[in-house]
Amino acid sequence: MSSLSREDVAHLAGLARIDLSDAELDKMVGELAVILESVAKVQQAPIADVAPMSHPMPLTNVTRPDVVRPGLTPDEALSGAPEQELGRFAVPRILDED
Amino acid sequence: MAVTSAADRVLDYDEAVAKFDPVMGLEVHVELHTATKMFCGCPTTFGAEPNSQVCPVCLGLPGALPVVNEKAVESAVRIGLALNCEIAEWCRFARKNYFYPDMPKNFQTSQYDEPIAFNGYLDVEVEDGSGGTEIFRVEIERAHMEEDTGKSLHVGGSTGRIHGAEYSLVDYNRAGIPLIEIVTKPIVGAGERAPEVAKAYVSALRDLLRALDVSDVKMEQGSMRCDANVSLRVRAGDDPRGDAQLAVPFGTRTETKNVNSLRSVERAVRYEMSRQAAILDEGGTILQETRHWHEDTGMTTSGRVKSDADDYRYFPEPDLVPVAPTRETVDELRGTLPEPPGLRRKRLQSEWGFSDLEMRDVVNARAVELIEETVAAGAGAAAAKKWWLGEPSRRANAEGQDLVSYAAGLGFAPAHVAELDRLVTSGRLNDSMARQVLDGVLAGEGTPTEVADARGLELVQDDSALEAAVDRVIDANPDIAEKIRGGKVQAAGALIGQVMKEMKGQADAGKVRALILARLS
Ligand SMILES: [Zn+2]
Repeated sequence: MSSLSREDVAHLAGLARIDLSDAELDKMVGELAVILESVAKVQQAPIADVAPMSHPMPLTNVTRPDVVRPGLTPDEALSGAPEQELGRFAVPRILDED
Repeated sequence: MAVTSAADRVLDYDEAVAKFDPVMGLEVHVELHTATKMFCGCPTTFGAEPNSQVCPVCLGLPGALPVVNEKAVESAVRIGLALNCEIAEWCRFARKNYFYPDMPKNFQTSQYDEPIAFNGYLDVEVEDGSGGTEIFRVEIERAHMEEDTGKSLHVGGSTGRIHGAEYSLVDYNRAGIPLIEIVTKPIVGAGERAPEVAKAYVSALRDLLRALDVSDVKMEQGSMRCDANVSLRVRAGDDPRGDAQLAVPFGTRTETKNVNSLRSVERAVRYEMSRQAAILDEGGTILQETRHWHEDTGMTTSGRVKSDADDYRYFPEPDLVPVAPTRETVDELRGTLPEPPGLRRKRLQSEWGFSDLEMRDVVNARAVELIEETVAAGAGAAAAKKWWLGEPSRRANAEGQDLVSYAAGLGFAPAHVAELDRLVTSGRLNDSMARQVLDGVLAGEGTPTEVADARGLELVQDDSALEAAVDRVIDANPDIAEKIRGGKVQAAGALIGQVMKEMKGQADAGKVRALILARLS
């Protein structure tokens, strides 16, 4: 695996909505390089005969019937919200949205 | 953010299609009408009090674990089969990561490179340019399962109370409702008919989903939504389906969102073709972006610049095990598929003896089911069509309603039309009287017979032919006549049949019986 460029880190920071200063970006590039290098050791594992795995248990088709189950009341749902209005969660507006 | 700007320049549509060839990709999201959400047991009722249909799972609270709705998977498989798709033997859900407040989890559970259904097609009917219709095959890339997002209500900056800024109010009742996204392969070869093909495809898909009974498919309520990808490439040769044209690489596409009616699908594609053509015609380049459709102005405006797919950093959903429909299950579900709407129409058209043009009028008036039920209630197909497409259609149009809802609103049923038809064929009413009766029924005065009785509508009938026939039949059957005279009234049945035959069915059996008994009493 190649190391991350400064642009890669800036891009990832943007996607994760993390605001990094220039100095922080420089620092992260260096630190992430070290982390990546350590993690890259797993690539030395002999996995030629091993199928990729996303789930540790050999289970499929775990489903539930289409039957309504009680959930939360609006008051309960909103009880942890920092701001609310008109029975809704109040959140800062995201610029991209229309 | 949508910026309201001066209208974009557009090229005249005819000029646009003379110079450029359109390629489309249509993405339709359809909400399933399951009782519960995709991954939790919350109800899915439309229009409920905000945040009253939520739980820790669909609010993304820490530690909550999703479980797949069995019915939603079945619906997805049935949709895939109805779209002539292959059904995955094994597929996974994936997390689509993004930061919008409409998904409290900060990701949407979707499917990425392992859709449950793939490689299908839907045949749609379009006009062939000479008054007839032809089939245009739209190829389906995939149909995958995901969940709907919450609904945001945006509050303007001037009244904003969160630090004086603009803010949004979010209702998560819709978050987690099962959604199937159906994606076409690039639709090429439609040429100038591209807007019509787009509309015909969404319309055919809506009919199919309705026939499958998997969704309410109400575009105006958002239970079916369409995104239209459109690009242009230079024209090559006269035939949009010719080799020369197919060899030209695709142009840069835009994705128009928020297209929520059949008419808008057609208009949005047409507008986008004209807009892109104007830019390309001046030597400009198309920006790959999301555009927003505005129903009121009939235009699209620039949205955000499209982000790359890997910006969503999809990865397999660790909290849900793979879905692996067995071939037995798939075959079982295949057995539950309804007759495809297109084939059904063909069958009914031939049963009813309608021409292509007549059938198209019937379909456009949304009268197929009404006529089918009217015929089942005993009327002839031609009469059923005549009555439904006459006054009721005109009035529904004038009220801006479709025929089905208009009739339902009045309580005007196929049985009424069949009864009206019987009053005409039995000779009680002539055509103009029947129209008066229909008026009365539509005005809520009662059933056709009640209206005819109340208004005293009845043809004065000349019974001499019928009486002569009764006399002839009695004379020809002295034995039976004797029995009836002797009190065996049930023997009249044999004579009634013969009289009806002599009258070629144009008589009222009750009346015939009364005449026979009167003669032999
Ligand atoms: Zn829930």
